[in-house]
Amino acid sequence: MGRITLEQVTKSFGEVDVIRPLDLSIEDGEFVVFVGPSGCGKSTLLRLIAGLEDVSSGRIEIDGQDATELPPAKRGLAMVFQSYALYPHMSVRKNIAFPLRMAKMDKAEQDRKVEQAAAVLNLGDYLDRRPGQLSGGQRQRVAIGRAIVREPAAFLFDEPLSNLDAALRVGMRLEISELHKRLTTTMVYVTHDQVEAMTMADKIVVLRAGNIEQVGSPLDLYRRPLNEFVAGFIGSPKMNLLKGAEAAKDNAATIGIRPEHIGISSDGGEWAGKVGVSEHLGSDTFFHVHCDGMAEPITVRSGGEVDFHRGDQVYLTPDPAQLHRFDDKGLRIE
Amino acid sequence: MATQHSRTAARLMISPAVILLLAWMIVPLALTIYFSFLRYNLLMPGTEAWTGWTNYYYFVTDPSFTDAIWNTLALVGGVLIITVGGGTLFALLLDRPMWGQGIVRILVIAPFFVMPTVSGLVWKNMFMNPVNGIFGHIATSFGFEPFDFFGQAPMASIIWIVSWQWLPFATLILLTALQSLDSEQLEAAEMDGASWLNRFWFIMLPHLARAITVVILIQTIFLLSIFAEILVTTNGGPGTATTNLTYLIYVQSLLQYDVGAGSAGGVIAIILANIVAIFLMRMIGKNLDA
Ligand SMILES: Nc1ncnc2c1ncn2[C@@H]1O[C@H](COP(=O)(O)OP(=O)(O)OP(=O)(O)O)[C@@H](O)[C@H]1O
Ligand SMILES: [Mg+2]
Repeated sequence: MGRITLEQVTKSFGEVDVIRPLDLSIEDGEFVVFVGPSGCGKSTLLRLIAGLEDVSSGRIEIDGQDATELPPAKRGLAMVFQSYALYPHMSVRKNIAFPLRMAKMDKAEQDRKVEQAAAVLNLGDYLDRRPGQLSGGQRQRVAIGRAIVREPAAFLFDEPLSNLDAALRVGMRLEISELHKRLTTTMVYVTHDQVEAMTMADKIVVLRAGNIEQVGSPLDLYRRPLNEFVAGFIGSPKMNLLKGAEAAKDNAATIGIRPEHIGISSDGGEWAGKVGVSEHLGSDTFFHVHCDGMAEPITVRSGGEVDFHRGDQVYLTPDPAQLHRFDDKGLRIE
Repeated sequence: MATQHSRTAARLMISPAVILLLAWMIVPLALTIYFSFLRYNLLMPGTEAWTGWTNYYYFVTDPSFTDAIWNTLALVGGVLIITVGGGTLFALLLDRPMWGQGIVRILVIAPFFVMPTVSGLVWKNMFMNPVNGIFGHIATSFGFEPFDFFGQAPMASIIWIVSWQWLPFATLILLTALQSLDSEQLEAAEMDGASWLNRFWFIMLPHLARAITVVILIQTIFLLSIFAEILVTTNGGPGTATTNLTYLIYVQSLLQYDVGAGSAGGVIAIILANIVAIFLMRMIGKNLDA
């Protein structure tokens, strides 16, 4: 079981309000991802749930029990830190067994559980090494192993993959998703990697300056961003946001259109412009087009075979069905 | 750029410094060794003569020599135990955020800046003196007999004074080490259900091991040659109760004017110090490698 409910939770460090009154409910077995710009309070929120920070006001419930005042160890949650936080002077085996040892479990049972976790995470060969003798990916696995053996109600991850190289990240991402499918335990995951958020989450929570901007499934957020911030934040490359005359034509303060929803051709279209930088990724090409009368260049995504060069005259045609409209407060207009 | 050429140049450049340092060390050492084989008493000038191992024989068979060895060990051991234990405790306290942290830290470091003679005298006259000392006053005001520290427990008193001086050093090193401990490790342990005591034992203490090693090493080297505190408080007495090796050498060469025996004692002290140093390095080297 791992239902976590936050009610009107706030957190301030002295004068600074890091978390504004915030309600959130995380269902049992869900994979929830917190995303948001740096400094928006993702880690703080996770640490509040873990009990490593005290809430300034509000209530935290875990499985229906009030956990607001419970110390971290009593909440039954396990956390994987960005720095892994392995105990450097203990072997991998001892690291993984540490929570069991603290729970005064008997030795044979400890060994059995460690072996089990090691098998799940492919750590069998490294059990007698020290963390210092492991690669980044292996350390990450040990940290996860240490979390698994406790059989927690929920796992909390704080940017667990940000210290790994790109290839390893892809691998670990899959492994964590795999693990979630197998254990079906609630997982709360902090990241600022778009791809991690989109691929792993059942539910994404977008935070900005301590407020929740939107909660929803990845595709929900992608297709129907509730405000301009979420529209700009989710999706890579970013959605094009246009203000002024173009927006006024559609009776909005701002209109947004994703790069893949704009057609590009050399013959004719709605907006005329000149190609600036183009990024060729092989499968896709991103063109940054400077359109007449617009301040910002517009990003357009097209197939890898489309070939325009710097300075070419092109015409862009947005797909009207995929246009997002926002009012002067930045809220979505249906 | 460690080319053959640059290496030769570098050696040439540093050689004057190395030669100077070497001479600085070798000349007194050679003289001490030379004197230790002479019959050389300042009261009988002009009678210096080669005596072979006699000086060593008399120095070692002197009953105060064995006392001095035990006293030296007691002094070094006692101070190490108090400073490492107390230093760890202070470091843990000072590591917590509290009001007036800066001032408290400076106060804790302060004893280190007091000269050994001064601190010896201050403790002797203002604290431990049975008539004038604060401890004596406190005892009398509660109706107890004042305790004569230097008469009843001379060694313990010296250990206390020296510990007071070295506690800041240990605290400082251990505090720095403690601050370098990754706080996420402690948080991880907290989430793993470790109590404070467990966190101290399994996380903090292993992290401090290296710093404790450094404290023990450095302090041992300095504590072997404690002298001023003994000179200004007990003069090595009562009897030989507080005579350590350094003080015994002083007594031999300057109070009894026997430079030969004093030098022999010096050479023995050097050898003993080296044995201790090698022993410590061995024991501790393992710890530093890990
Ligand atoms: N112990 C603290 N004392 C004071 N301010 C803090 C403390 N911890 C965090 N903050 C502030 O709270 C805000 C949110 O911090 P937090 O670490 O939660 O951000 P984050 O969303 O995790 O950012 P990142 O993506 O960079 O990790 C920041 O502005 C930070 O300066
Ligand atoms: Mg963070």
